Amino acid sequence: MTLRDAAKIIEAEILVGEDLLDQEIGSICGSDMMSEVLAFTNEHSVLLTGLCNTQVMRTADMLDLECLIFIRGKQPTPEMLQMAEDDGRVVMKTRFGMFSTCGKLYQAGAGSGCM
Amino acid sequence: MEDAIVLKYQVIDGEFQRAGEVSSDVKHKLKQMGVPANIVRKVAIAMYEGEVNMVIHANGGEITVEITPEQIKMILADVGPGIPDVEKAMTAGFSTASDATRNLGFGAGMGLPNMKKNTDSLDIETLLGEGTTITMIVKL
Repeated sequence: MTLRDAAKIIEAEILVGEDLLDQEIGSICGSDMMSEVLAFTNEHSVLLTGLCNTQVMRTADMLDLECLIFIRGKQPTPEMLQMAEDDGRVVMKTRFGMFSTCGKLYQAGAGSGCM
Repeated sequence: MEDAIVLKYQVIDGEFQRAGEVSSDVKHKLKQMGVPANIVRKVAIAMYEGEVNMVIHANGGEITVEITPEQIKMILADVGPGIPDVEKAMTAGFSTASDATRNLGFGAGMGLPNMKKNTDSLDIETLLGEGTTITMIVKL
C-alpha cells in the first residue's frame, strides 16, 4: 500500500508532500501519546494521531516517520506544516476518528507499526 | 578529552512549543557527521525524552553532548525540584505529570524507561530541591 492508496481509503486531504505519495507504507501506528509513540514505533512508519501540536512534528523527526495523518479533521498550524516541509515528510488529515481510520486501513491490508 | 566534539545548549523553562529543538539540532548534526542511522535514532529518542522532561518538570537547564570516536555522551543538568524516588520514576507507566502535560501528549510514564532502553548507560544524580543531572552514553 502506498501513501496515495492510504489517502484514498480514508478520504484524506494532502497538506504537505503531494510529490511523495508513491512511497510504500512499511507500517502504521495510532496514538495520541507521544511518549508511547517514541517507545514503541518502528522507523519509517505512518503515525495516525488526534494530537495536534509541534511535539507531534518533533516526534516524527526523531523517529524518521514517513507520514503523519491527523484524524477527526484536525488542522495543523502553518508552523507545523513548515516543519514537515523542511523535513520532507507527508502530512494529511482525514475527517474520520481513530477507530474508523485504523479500521479502514487495517481492512485494506496495512500492518501495525508498533513493536 | 582528546578528539571530542562538544555541543552545549540551554533548555528554556516552560517553552513547551520549543521543547525538542536541541534534540533535533543534535540529531541533524550527528547525521551530517555520518554517525550510523541506528545510533542517531537512539540518541535522538533518549535526548528528546530528557529534554521534554527538563521543560515539563525541571525549569529548563543545560544539555552537553560530547562526541568521540567511541561514544556519544549526553549530560542533561537542571536545577529543578529533583526526583524523590528514582526507582519509582524508572517504572514504566509511573508519572507525576499534570493533566495539562498529558493533554500535550506526554506524561505517559515512559520517559525514563525509554531513555534507559535507548542508551548503553544511564546515570541519575538527583538532590531534592537542588536539581538532577542525567548522564547517558550511547556507544558507537
